[in-house]
Amino acid sequence: MRAFEYTSPTTRQQAVELLAGSWDQSAVLAGGTDLLSLMKDDVVAPKRVVNIKDIRELHGVRFGPRGMQIGALTSLGELADHPLVRQHYPAFGDAVVEAASQQIRNMATLGGNICQRPRCWYFRSGFGLTPKTPEGKSLVEEGDNRYHAILGNDGAALFVSPSSIVPAMIAYGARIRIAGPKGAREVALEKFFVIPRTESEREHDLRPNEIVTDVFLPPPAAGRYAHYEVRQKESFDWPLVLAAVALQMNGNTVRSAKVVMGYVAPVPWVSEEAAQALVGKTVTEQTAQAAGEAAVSQAKPLSRNRYKVQLARVAVKRAILQAAQGKAEGGAA
Amino acid sequence: MAEYKWPAPAERTLIGKRISRVDGAVKVSGHAKYSYDYNPKGLLFGKVLRCPHAHARVTSIDTSAAEKMAGIKAVQIVQKPGTEVLWQGDDIVAVAAVDEPTAEDAIRAIQVKYEVLPHNVSDAEPPAGAGEGPAGPMTEDDLENALGNQVPDAQVISDLQKRGVTFQVTDDMTKELKGYGVSDAVINALKAAAYHPEAASQPRSPYQKMAAQTQGDPDKGFASAEVTSEGVYGAPVITHCCLETHGSAAEWPSSDHLLVHCSTQGVSGLPDQYAQALKIPAGNVRAHQDHIGGGFGSKFSPDRWGIATAQLSKSAGGKPVKYMLERDSELMTAGARPSAYARVKVAAKGDGTLVAWQSDSWGTGGPAGAGSPPLPYVFEIPNQRKQHTAVRTNQGPARAWRAPNHPQAAVITMCALDDLAHKLNMDPVEFFAKNLDMTGPRAPIYKEELPLAAELMGWKQKWHPRGDKSEGPIKRGVGLSMHTWGGRGHASNCLLSIHPDGSVDIKMGSQDLGTGTRTAILIVAADSLGIPMNAITLNIGDTMYPPDGGSGGSTTIGGVSSSTRRAALMALDQLFAKVAPALKAQPADLEARDGTVRVKSEPSRSLSWKQACAKLGAMPLSVTGKNPGPGNLINSGVGGVGMADVSVDTETGIVKVNKMVAVQDCGLVINLKTAESQCYGALIMGISYALYEEKVLDPVTGRMLNPNMEFYRLAGLRDIPELMVHMMTDPLNENRGVIGLGEPPVISPGAAISNAVANAIGVRVPFLPLTPDRVLAALEQQQKAGA
Repeated sequence: MRAFEYTSPTTRQQAVELLAGSWDQSAVLAGGTDLLSLMKDDVVAPKRVVNIKDIRELHGVRFGPRGMQIGALTSLGELADHPLVRQHYPAFGDAVVEAASQQIRNMATLGGNICQRPRCWYFRSGFGLTPKTPEGKSLVEEGDNRYHAILGNDGAALFVSPSSIVPAMIAYGARIRIAGPKGAREVALEKFFVIPRTESEREHDLRPNEIVTDVFLPPPAAGRYAHYEVRQKESFDWPLVLAAVALQMNGNTVRSAKVVMGYVAPVPWVSEEAAQALVGKTVTEQTAQAAGEAAVSQAKPLSRNRYKVQLARVAVKRAILQAAQGKAEGGAA
Repeated sequence: MAEYKWPAPAERTLIGKRISRVDGAVKVSGHAKYSYDYNPKGLLFGKVLRCPHAHARVTSIDTSAAEKMAGIKAVQIVQKPGTEVLWQGDDIVAVAAVDEPTAEDAIRAIQVKYEVLPHNVSDAEPPAGAGEGPAGPMTEDDLENALGNQVPDAQVISDLQKRGVTFQVTDDMTKELKGYGVSDAVINALKAAAYHPEAASQPRSPYQKMAAQTQGDPDKGFASAEVTSEGVYGAPVITHCCLETHGSAAEWPSSDHLLVHCSTQGVSGLPDQYAQALKIPAGNVRAHQDHIGGGFGSKFSPDRWGIATAQLSKSAGGKPVKYMLERDSELMTAGARPSAYARVKVAAKGDGTLVAWQSDSWGTGGPAGAGSPPLPYVFEIPNQRKQHTAVRTNQGPARAWRAPNHPQAAVITMCALDDLAHKLNMDPVEFFAKNLDMTGPRAPIYKEELPLAAELMGWKQKWHPRGDKSEGPIKRGVGLSMHTWGGRGHASNCLLSIHPDGSVDIKMGSQDLGTGTRTAILIVAADSLGIPMNAITLNIGDTMYPPDGGSGGSTTIGGVSSSTRRAALMALDQLFAKVAPALKAQPADLEARDGTVRVKSEPSRSLSWKQACAKLGAMPLSVTGKNPGPGNLINSGVGGVGMADVSVDTETGIVKVNKMVAVQDCGLVINLKTAESQCYGALIMGISYALYEEKVLDPVTGRMLNPNMEFYRLAGLRDIPELMVHMMTDPLNENRGVIGLGEPPVISPGAAISNAVANAIGVRVPFLPLTPDRVLAALEQQQKAGA
């Protein structure tokens, strides 16, 4: 790891002031489970590391009529064990419990999980977010893309969004608050992620001198929620594909639906096609299957990842069925 | 004179019982010291600049900036300009610094220029005709491959005469070959071979086709068969992924004496390797190791980085320098199991009797090609034709991986046989049983093991013809495989001393790979001397102690248990001679039991162990028990059966193992508990290579894409199912003596799991690992074929 300046502010204001205006100048350190490995592998080399763990107000979970407010520094371990999370946002709780390992959950923060960098093996080898061959072709397309994007892959970015928790949060309608030099701003989590077009862009809408401070989960609307991961190992593994769904019901028919897929695109992928396939239908094996088909109708697999189309189709189907079979949530909160 | 044999079952107090390992407490409490933990005051930290290219020539190296940096104590060029580098991650320059970040900064300050050369990292099936035609002069690799693959002498000699060689044949080389048992005829042909130095720089085909081997009459065999099955099977290159990475700490107590703390499978073998590289007498090298965090066949050499570590220390005035590989370097460079694939045709009579085998196999072990798997495996099918093509790639160098070539041979053979059983409409257990007479000397043990394994698996209840017809996407199936291994004990010396105060110590240059070697030595010594295990001080893991074999090939237990048994019996002979007068008996009438030395026929005439040892006088008695040595204490050749029960999600291709069974023979078991542990560990390792492990090389850059533990997956706790292990411990097996166990149980799981998947989903997934993309592709093929 290269030498860096270490700072440890105690307020949001100080933290934002210590952060520089460009990514290579400074980096935010929270749980460190991603930043440290990126620095050790020399993928990033910030000149200044701003440790935000001493900012007390970024810790903790509050629950009230407006929903749940989660400080960005709340660890995944705390969330996994939090009774109100399990009670009111079980699909989010499932996603948290399945993430990483106990040891990593103890260190990793929710804010860090949202801001973590892609696991793309070319990115992690130092080839950048939009890696190229010496001839200027896409290294991902020419190379081994078995874990890469099947959707949203028209541009140069072919990695997949790395969080296994964000899709469930989007399904619950999460918003995040961001602190920056001009004060705080709030953004829907779904809108926070962007597909970079060039190497100089990032995979999210955060400026180098901003930090994510809070996550808001609205009071769960009466509905049905589920999170379903397809992964090779049950112990400590990244999903190959996942789906999170929220269904608002009108009796036995779906009034509205949100279907979010993970690991299929450079951003968490919200499938309008899948949602539309469900609206006005009762949830059956057939309608769930049709929604799964709709979810991948626009998929364009690369040379090695056609199997992920099938995985995404199945993950969406199963998440919908699981949501429909699970007991209704929310409303009573 | 003692009679050198194992105690009769009724007389054993410890041997064959379930005994907890003596190093368990220090390991779980973190007190056990590994090479990684050696952190003396003033320690310098090593780092290595590694080649980023899969194939390149070093054109220039400029270390001047690094040498000027504060905190840099030594810089060592490992591979000079002009060197052709054959894999990504190979060592170029090493540095030692006061701390790790400074060493890393120095690495970044070193300028190395490369001429990047074309790479090949693919071990795909060779195109038809590849590797044939007029071959150029033989390289050293060609010769090594021919000799290593038991190509008949006549063929090697004819090749040498016709093709000549690209290298100069030196006396050292012929001496070394002779040492490996190469015949004089071959050596003479080598000496006489024409020397073509110009050919060494010619581009070479990546394919080396070995001579075809034929037994019986394959054409007639296939013609006489009633059922023939054809298929393609295989397993990719995987790594050793030792949890404690390779590496060492080295220091020079004086200018010509080296001390190394090295993570190694062969302590006694290290000095000579260091001495050759460093030009000092081997006697001046001391190697030490208390504990090792995994080797699996990859840790016998100091390696380039280890020699560099010693050189760095020397340059730094002898100060200790430690360099352990980073996780990515470990996976990129520190060993890979060769891949092996084959197109197989195998045939049987209608009743299931095997009649003919044909295989065209290929695989890579990196730049030197690879050894061919022993095909067909276990079953000596009467008519055979087989041919192997070694593929030279820039995958990184191969190393022995637990049961070298056997797991690959099992996958190719047992999957082919399982497919044939399916075509015969036979239950594989019955089909394998039908052909057990073709398994040679192990046939009797397989005949016992196969039904036993089936019973433990619940095979009769679980097995169904191919394709689970039950509703829903989850399909369940069972599969089996069989394996064999040698495992004869290696050379071993046990220096055992009994002191006049009654204390006993043992010194051996052996090492405990985590298999329980310490515990096994103490069990044998304590059982033989009639005293408790904790009354004996055991010292191993140092070249200060008598040399012992490297722990590879399942040779340690036979080596150390037999040398220890002999030492203990020799020591008792001498002790009894001193004690006999006091007990008014003949030495031959005495025995050591229950902490006493007593008269066999009248146990009440006894001395306590301490009293007896006092009769030694002023000097301790010291003996060295050896292996090989008198008496038939050890043997070679084991058989085992592995079975798997799996569930396959046919919509996602995810495979989950529900249960594994291992039934294993290893002669006389010294410690039943650690023997079973070997099998448990092997089954877990087997699940990992069956379902997850693969060294992924990027076709574009030639670099390893998963040199980490997130995409180089190993089974975790939740991936490990019910494991059932049964050791064959009946007197017939025990009477054969002690046989090694490390390798055999890891051989079958890959094939057994693949067969179980085929049984579940009704179609063969040809290659390991059985990942969702491969499983789904096989299902799709099946659907197309059915449609």
